[in-house]
Amino acid sequence: MKLTGAEILTRFLADEGVEYVFGYPGGAVLHIYDALHRQDRLKHILVRHEQAATHAADGYARSTGKPGVVLVTSGPGATNVVTGIATAYMDSIPMVVITGQVPTSLIGNDAFQEVDSVGITRPCVKHNFLVKDVDDLAMTLKKAFYIATTGRPGPVVVDIPKDVTANVADYKYPRQIEMRSYNPVVKGHPGQIKRAVKMMTSARRPMIYSGGGVILDDASKALTELGHLLGCPVTNTTMGLGGFPASDRQFVGLLGMHGTYEANMAISNCDVMIAIGARFDDRVTGNIEKFAPKAKIIHVDIDPASISKNVKVDVPIVGGVNNVLKAMLKQLKAEGFKPDEEVLGKWWAQIEKWRAKDCLKYDASGDRIKPQHAVDLLHKITKGDAFVTSDVGQHQMWAAQYYGFDKPRRWINSGGLGTMGFGLPAAMGVQLAHPKAQVACITGEGSIQMNIQELSTCLQYDLPIKIVCLNNGYLGMVRQWQEFFYDNRYAHSYMDSLPDFVKLAEAYGHVGIQVDKPADVEGAIKEAFKQKDRLVFLNILTDPTENVYPMVPAGAGLDEMILI
Amino acid sequence: MRHIISILMENEAGALSRVAGLFSARGYNIESLTVAPTEDVTLSRMTLVTRGSDEIIEQITKQLNKLIDVVKLVDLAEGPHIEREMMLIKVKTTGSGAREEILRLVEIFRGNIIDVTPTTYTIEMTGRADKLDAFIVALDKAPILETVRSGVSAISRGVKSLRV
Ligand SMILES: Cc1cc2nc3c(=O)[nH]c(=O)nc-3n(C[C@H](O)[C@H](O)[C@H](O)COP(=O)(O)OP(=O)(O)OC[C@H]3O[C@@H](n4cnc5c(N)ncnc54)[C@H](O)[C@@H]3O)c2cc1C
Ligand SMILES: Cc1ncc(C[n+]2csc(CCOP(=O)(O)OP(=O)(O)O)c2C)c(N)n1
Ligand SMILES: [Mg+2]
Repeated sequence: MKLTGAEILTRFLADEGVEYVFGYPGGAVLHIYDALHRQDRLKHILVRHEQAATHAADGYARSTGKPGVVLVTSGPGATNVVTGIATAYMDSIPMVVITGQVPTSLIGNDAFQEVDSVGITRPCVKHNFLVKDVDDLAMTLKKAFYIATTGRPGPVVVDIPKDVTANVADYKYPRQIEMRSYNPVVKGHPGQIKRAVKMMTSARRPMIYSGGGVILDDASKALTELGHLLGCPVTNTTMGLGGFPASDRQFVGLLGMHGTYEANMAISNCDVMIAIGARFDDRVTGNIEKFAPKAKIIHVDIDPASISKNVKVDVPIVGGVNNVLKAMLKQLKAEGFKPDEEVLGKWWAQIEKWRAKDCLKYDASGDRIKPQHAVDLLHKITKGDAFVTSDVGQHQMWAAQYYGFDKPRRWINSGGLGTMGFGLPAAMGVQLAHPKAQVACITGEGSIQMNIQELSTCLQYDLPIKIVCLNNGYLGMVRQWQEFFYDNRYAHSYMDSLPDFVKLAEAYGHVGIQVDKPADVEGAIKEAFKQKDRLVFLNILTDPTENVYPMVPAGAGLDEMILI
Repeated sequence: MRHIISILMENEAGALSRVAGLFSARGYNIESLTVAPTEDVTLSRMTLVTRGSDEIIEQITKQLNKLIDVVKLVDLAEGPHIEREMMLIKVKTTGSGAREEILRLVEIFRGNIIDVTPTTYTIEMTGRADKLDAFIVALDKAPILETVRSGVSAISRGVKSLRV
C-alpha cells in the first residue's frame, strides 16, 4: 500500500506500540501533524515548550520501561529538545525523538528554520539518523526503536526532511531487525560469573552497590534475592533507588556525596564490593584514590565502557543485570550457599554502630518547616507508594534520602545531567502512563520556574499532579556550597521577586495551597491528595538555612563526610 | 604508547564525524586518520593512530566499539603488523647541484619522481612514517614547497584479517 512519509510515520509508531507522542508543531512537521489528525491510534500531548516534551517522554519511559516518543519541528524546535535529550542520555533512558527538517533540496542552504540537528545532537544521543529517502523511513524508525531500547538504552534522534514526509512509498511494518554493527551482549561470561560467585562467598565484609542498571533492566527482584541470600548490606545510587526495598533492614541508604554515614563507611571498609548496573560516578566515589580501598570489586554492566572506566575492577562481567544475577543465584543455590553467621554478624555489628549515628536525624520542633519533615510526611500520607519526580537541588537530595522507595520506577529524577526543570514535565509523563496513581513532584522555587508553563498542559490533559514545592527562597544547593566553600558569599543564589505561587496555580486553573507552619504541613498534604482529580500546588515555605547532610566535600574520601 | 586502531565501519554519511567527535569530546588525541571504502562498498576501513596509556587506549577502543556504525575494530599495535604511509612532496631544484643531490636521495629512499619542471621536482614516497620523517630531514638543503601525507594505513601480518 502506498502511503506518504507522514502516514508511514504515524502508522509505524502505532504498530510499534507507541501510546503517546509528546510534541509541538511547526512548519517542517505540518504533514506529520496532518497525518496525526487523520488517525486515532496515537495520542498526541501538546506541551508548552519542546524541552518539556522530552522530559515528559522521559518520565513516561522511566516509569514504564517503554520508550518515550517526541515530535518537534526543525530549527528552534530541534534546539529546544537538546537539554532533554542530554538528560535522557546521561541516565540511559530509552527515547526516540523525531525532528522535522527543511526539505532535502534546501539542506545546507541556511534555509528558514534550518539547523544541523544530527550534528547538534550527535554528542548526546546513542545514535541519530537523517532520513533522505521515504523508502528508508520505516526501517530507519525500526532501527531507532531497536537501538534506543536494547543494550544500554538511550535517546535516538530521527531527523526527517519535509519532502520525505510528503513523498510516497510502500509501507509494511518491519517486524524483524538485524544490524551487523550492533549486537549488545546480554548473557554474562560463565567463567567470570563463577569467579564472582567464589569471591562473594568467601567475603568477610561483602557489600552490594547497585544503580540505575537494576531499574532499567527490571531486575529488582533478582537483586533483592541476591541481597537476601548473601545477607550483606545493600546501598543504592540516586539512580538505583527502589532497586532494593528501602524498608529492608539490609538497606543502608544512598551512598556518595550525600550518602548515609553507614553506606559510605561500609563502602570504605568492605572487602568485596558487588557493583551492579552502576557506573562509579564521581558523585558516588568522591576522591577516587580513597574509594573502597580494602575491596576486591565485581562489576556487572551491559556497557563494557562503564567497566574499569573510573575504578579498576577485579572481576568484570559484561551482561544484562537480570541475566547475570539469575546465573549467580542459580549457582549460589546449587552450592547450597549459606553465609557464615558469625563472620557476617561481626560485619553487621560494625554497620549497626555506624547506623546508630542516625546521620539523617533532624529537629522538627522549631517554628520553621524542615524540608526533610515535609518529605517524611509525604511518604506517610502516600503510604510510600507514590511516583515521585523531582527537580534538581537540595530538595532532590532530601527526596532521595527521606522518601524511602520500596519499588523500582517510582523515583524519577535527573541524576547524571542534573537538569533543573525536569520534575514537572516528567510528572506529566508519569501521570499519563499511570492515570490512577498518586504522582508527586518534589521541587524547589528555583527549579519549578524552569518549566512552569507546563501547568497549562496539565490543565488541558487533566493531570492531577501534586506539586510539593519546598520553597526555601534560595537556589539552595548553590547557597549550601557558597556557605561551606565560599565563606557565605551568596552570589546570585537568592531568589528575589518570587511569584505568588498560589495565585499562579490558580491563574492556570489549578489549586494552590500555601503552608508556612510546621503544624500545617500534614494537613495540607492530605488535603492535596484528597483532591483526586485536581492538580494542587503546595507552596511549602521551608527553613531557608537548612543544608543537606551528610556531605562529602570535593576531593575528600567517602569516610570524610561532613555530618550535621 | 603509540597505537594503530583499524576500524571497519558502515559506509554511512556522518560515520567519520562520529569518530572525530568522539575523540574531541573525550579529549583523546588523533595523530593521523585515514578512511576509504573497501572492496565491499557498504564498508569503510579507517586507520587511526593515537597515543595514550593502557587505560586510555582501553577506553578508546570500548568507546569506538560503542558507536553504532562500527562493525569491528582491532588494535594493530598489539601484534605483528605492517604500516605504510604515502607522501607527495614538491621541492625547489634551483640551487647549484640541487637536482643531482635530490635525485640521489630519492634513489636511496626508493622514491619516485613523478613530476618535473625546470625549477621543481615532485616526489612520491611510500614507507613507514619514520622513513618519511627521515627523508624530510635528509632533504634539509632543498627548500620544500609542499608536503602531502596520506596518514598511516596498516594491516596485520600473516593470515589474520579484519573482516566481517
Ligand atoms: C545535585 C546532585 C547530587 C547528587 N548526589 C549524588 C549522591 O550523593 N549519590 C549518588 O549516588 N548520586 C548522586 N547524584 C547522581 C549522580 O550524578 C549520578 O547520576 C548517579 O550516581 C549515577 O547512578 P548510577 O551509577 O546508578 O548510573 P546510571 O546513570 O543509572 O547508569 C546505569 C549503569 O547501568 C548500566 N546498565 C544499563 N542497563 C543495564 C542492563 N540492562 N544491564 C546491566 N547494566 C546496565 C549502564 O551501562 C550504566 O553503567 C547526584 C546528582 C545531583 C544532580
Ligand atoms: C538548568 C540548570 N541550571 C543550573 C543548575 C545548577 N543548580 C543546581 S541546584 C541549583 C539550585 C536549585 O534551586 P531550587 O530549585 O530552589 O532547589 P533547592 O536547592 O533550593 O532545593 C542550581 C542553580 C542546574 N542544575 N540546572
Ligand atoms: Mg530553593
